[in-house]
Amino acid sequence: MSSSSSAAVEFKSVTKAFGDKRVLNNLSFQVEQGQVLCLLGRSGTGKSVTLKIIMALMRPDSGEVWIDQENIIGLGESGLSKTRKKLGYLFQDAALFDSLTLYENLALPLTRLTEKSKSEIDDKIHLVLSDVGLGPDGAKYPSELSGGMRKRAGLARALVLEPKILLADEPSSGLDRITASEIDELLMRSKKEHGTALIVVTHDIHGARRIADRVAVLDKGDLVAFGTVDEVARSENDVAHRLITE
Amino acid sequence: MRWFGRAFEFVGRLGLFAGRALIDALRPPFELVQISRQLADVGNRSMGLIVVSGFALGAVMTLHTRSTLVTFGAAAMIPAVQAVSFFVEIGPLVAGLLLAGRVGSGIGAVLANMRASEQIDAIESLSIDSFKFLVVPRVIACVIALPLLTLCMDFAGLSGGFLSEVVASHISPELYLYRAFENLQWANFIAPTLKTTVFGFIIGSVSSYFGYTTDKGAKGVGEAATNSVVISSLLIILADVLLIKCIFFLFPDTAI
Repeated sequence: MSSSSSAAVEFKSVTKAFGDKRVLNNLSFQVEQGQVLCLLGRSGTGKSVTLKIIMALMRPDSGEVWIDQENIIGLGESGLSKTRKKLGYLFQDAALFDSLTLYENLALPLTRLTEKSKSEIDDKIHLVLSDVGLGPDGAKYPSELSGGMRKRAGLARALVLEPKILLADEPSSGLDRITASEIDELLMRSKKEHGTALIVVTHDIHGARRIADRVAVLDKGDLVAFGTVDEVARSENDVAHRLITE
Repeated sequence: MRWFGRAFEFVGRLGLFAGRALIDALRPPFELVQISRQLADVGNRSMGLIVVSGFALGAVMTLHTRSTLVTFGAAAMIPAVQAVSFFVEIGPLVAGLLLAGRVGSGIGAVLANMRASEQIDAIESLSIDSFKFLVVPRVIACVIALPLLTLCMDFAGLSGGFLSEVVASHISPELYLYRAFENLQWANFIAPTLKTTVFGFIIGSVSSYFGYTTDKGAKGVGEAATNSVVISSLLIILADVLLIKCIFFLFPDTAI
């Protein structure tokens, strides 16, 4: 079986439940390469679970998940490992490794997953850190960084392998408007320069308006609206309409 | 009945987790950098606690046994009693229990915090086997460090006992050492020291189990630390009973 399109990410009737609580209900959508999809919805509606299923950190109960024309459901560890190399993940609280410096946090995926030499790794890390404005901070530990710096460091780690698809879980949460907008600019730069497909979970409607090509609104596990921001704003679904307009 | 069911489920899960740690420890790639980091953490940072505790325990033990042995005219036996009790039982068991507190709680809390803050998910997202990267090096470090720390505890205990004896009877170091090791066999020393590798495996795998598998967020960090210490200590004491029986079976002469 193959994917019906050239989508970077495609969900086909994906369902996921935790005990009696169904968090994703027959969810289907697709994101093209170079496109930005913002996942909106109230807390606990399955947005972060969607990202974790894409990253194969969770398995759905049923349905198909296609990443770069490959169904990842049923793949073994080596297959998943290969797929994950195409993905970058910016976690909600950055999830930097406390015991490693910023430099070591970025070096870890490069030394493990590439054949780059030490000097190539050094150059790459300096380049990525400079891109996110953390050039002089490579020797610092995560505990020495502010919230905004940690987010940028997390983004640097997600981008260091130049992924085809970038997943971002609430990249602007806990940040002021200016810092949030800087993070959005970095995400957009990755899209423009590398043609990265982005899936961004967010509660920040202003940010979504700035970066999204499409938005998907989830409510109680159902996809209740999908389209451009303006299309969703005109949606007859009350939750989708209120999320965009209020 | 329900309690029994949960207890059996826990034992089964812990057994599978420990078994996986054992198998993965023998399977490449070997995380040598992580192992050396953990070894430094478990070994170096526990050394002070082990040496000071061993020294104090040795001194106190001599003070207690002295009065009894003097009554029976056996004061000359004090170094031998001290050496046998430390090398055979006190050193291995107390080192195991101290490490369960010092290292077990640390491993449980660190891994639980990594789980709560999505660091373990982040490792997986980088296509790195988080179990091999985080759990296996900690278990190996505990297995290697515990016999070495037990030796430190044994000799610290002997030193504490010697100091106590010097104050009481002005015994010379040469005579103390001669009497201490006169009747000690290699089997009294090697088997009990090596049994601490089992204690190390228990500490590493139990503490990692509680930290790695928690799903209760920040609350889980405290629970993991506490459970790591309690269950590790309990299992060490139980394992000690079984291992002593095994040692007596394998080396009957050591059954004093």
